Amino acid sequence: MSRLAPGHRGCAGCCDAIAANFVLEAVGDDAIIVNPTGCLEVMTTPYPESAWEVPWIHSLFENTAPVASGIEAALRALGRKGDTKVIAMGGDGATVDIGILGISGTFERGDDITYVCIDNEAYMNTGVQRSGATPFNASTSTSPPGSQSFGNSRPKKNMPAIIAAHGSPYVATTSISYPKDMMRKVKKAVDIEGATYIHTHAPCATGWRFDTSKTIEIGKLAVETALWPLYEMEDGEITSVRKVKKPKPVEEYLKAQGRFKHLFTMEGGKEEISKIQDIANWNIEHYGLL
Amino acid sequence: MSGKMTVVEGSYAVAHSVKVCRPNVISAYPITPQTHIVEDLSQFMADGKIPNCEYINVESEFSALSTLVGASATGARTYSSTSSQGLELMHEVLFNASGMRLPIVMTVVNRAVSAPISIWNDHQDSISQRDTGWIQLYAENIQEMSDMTAQSFKIAEDKDVMLPAMVCMDGFILSHVFEPVILLEQELTDEFLPTYDPEHVLDTRNPLSFGTFADPSTYTEFRYLQQKGMDVALGKIEKAAEDFKTIFGRYYGGLIEPYMAEDAEILLMAMGSVVGTIKDVIDKARSQGIKVGLIKVRTFRPFPVEVIRSAVSNAAIVVTLDKNISIGLNEGALFTEVKSCLYNSDINVPVMGFMLGHGGRDIPMSTIQMIIDKAAQAIKSGIKVESEYADLRGELL
Repeated sequence: MSRLAPGHRGCAGCCDAIAANFVLEAVGDDAIIVNPTGCLEVMTTPYPESAWEVPWIHSLFENTAPVASGIEAALRALGRKGDTKVIAMGGDGATVDIGILGISGTFERGDDITYVCIDNEAYMNTGVQRSGATPFNASTSTSPPGSQSFGNSRPKKNMPAIIAAHGSPYVATTSISYPKDMMRKVKKAVDIEGATYIHTHAPCATGWRFDTSKTIEIGKLAVETALWPLYEMEDGEITSVRKVKKPKPVEEYLKAQGRFKHLFTMEGGKEEISKIQDIANWNIEHYGLL
Repeated sequence: MSGKMTVVEGSYAVAHSVKVCRPNVISAYPITPQTHIVEDLSQFMADGKIPNCEYINVESEFSALSTLVGASATGARTYSSTSSQGLELMHEVLFNASGMRLPIVMTVVNRAVSAPISIWNDHQDSISQRDTGWIQLYAENIQEMSDMTAQSFKIAEDKDVMLPAMVCMDGFILSHVFEPVILLEQELTDEFLPTYDPEHVLDTRNPLSFGTFADPSTYTEFRYLQQKGMDVALGKIEKAAEDFKTIFGRYYGGLIEPYMAEDAEILLMAMGSVVGTIKDVIDKARSQGIKVGLIKVRTFRPFPVEVIRSAVSNAAIVVTLDKNISIGLNEGALFTEVKSCLYNSDINVPVMGFMLGHGGRDIPMSTIQMIIDKAAQAIKSGIKVESEYADLRGELL
């Protein structure tokens, strides 16, 4: 049963709707969801309508984690905690950029919540501006390529490592293209006491510029090229890694998306692609993907 | 009726009041001069003296108020305290809490705002948040602050109000001073303050959506209803003061407290601890036959327009004293708002405004006396300067 009712305003092929459905499927009815401002909030709750069939709250852009902490504390204080799970679900901008202060507080305190970052690698709700999770050389509306630029100048911020450094008992990366893996990890995260973290890769057809039928396919390519490694960390140590037997060259992932198109046409683009291959190679080495 | 007096610090009296109001979630971040309140509450928690309560030590004021948004929406009675920069950092969440109709109570220990940085008292911090949809109450002394804290929970949580409330006390002047106070008795507080029982909460047995977005076809009505809540609060503030009087035997007025105001030709208006100094000066002036009185404004939001209109209608001149300035208008907030509520009324009383006590500058009786002298002069020969600093050090300029 879907706990995110149909009829919401998500784009065709929307990664947020897919991610939210997987999370809700994994946690069941006894959950309270906290959303920051963003696509998921806007597309699901135009007053007086709501697509949420579980209790849901949106406060601001940058306070998802502390709002979740407050809910969890209130449930305990009022003697209503029971098995109720408190899930914060935010986009990459709300998580790795503007919300990182409050997230740090929640994870340092170890409040009993699960935070799910739905990472579509830019500020999609405001028109595809770069975030701290935008990959190296991606074109966004605020990191456009030009005579002086190949696009976003920095690699993705390593948010799972930052969370793990807070002493979180469970941190996992997932992808909406691997539903069983994702739902297993979400279930595990909510069942572990303390502040746990899921960082899910979520291809956005609108922002990444690919056909709306290709959302899942693109997500798979990210994993298969080793640009998005799937792993679990328990108490700061990597405890499981999804192996990539024969990693595909990153070109296969890049060429499928409009946001990297310039790398295939610009002078010097080839070298830039090889830098992206270096990132994949580092992942293979660092996470032991082979 | 309550009785026993003890000598405690102002901050302790407030922390004690919070404790006997039985909060469920407290969340705060330390900032001078608010710190003693949260330290006292932390000690109460460490000693197990606040049952069914969680205290969240957060990493910023922004998160302090954000946690309370979540907690209040879940049905908890919630409390925080802050000052100055901390309150400014909360700005975005202030609007959010009031827009979501969450009756959070927060002590604001008033302090000047940077730059230049100053830890000392004025009202710039809370006044700059006046349009955020929070009830704002200002206390004259520690006993009133202590009692106002309990009243504020009752007002904010009233089902026809459902608005957050700031209870403001002057930094250091009230927060760090030891005075004889009657600490709120648990039994009487329980009689005064009902359990918080909101109509809508986050609960998995009855899923509701909070904080949805409103498009242009519905947004205005949300704002309109907030103002309606404020209108209702006017009566509830009066009622809470009356109920408090019945149970505890203490009363400070509801929206305002007049002091020798009835026959006053010169009518001063002020908020907070300076009121105590003003009352002393009035006593002295009265003994010399000068007809001067005071309207203490306890409630700045909702602004008690009708009550102020009728309170000032017989005066020859109204003089406001403001520990804040609207930079660019050169007026304190009380001055602007009192003038505003007399305009378009049939009351024709001139109003002059003085700004003073900014950044903790002491307000001696002589400054108040000088203001009264200027007001007396203005009655005779008209207002020469509409709004000015009363305690500007010209030699520094």
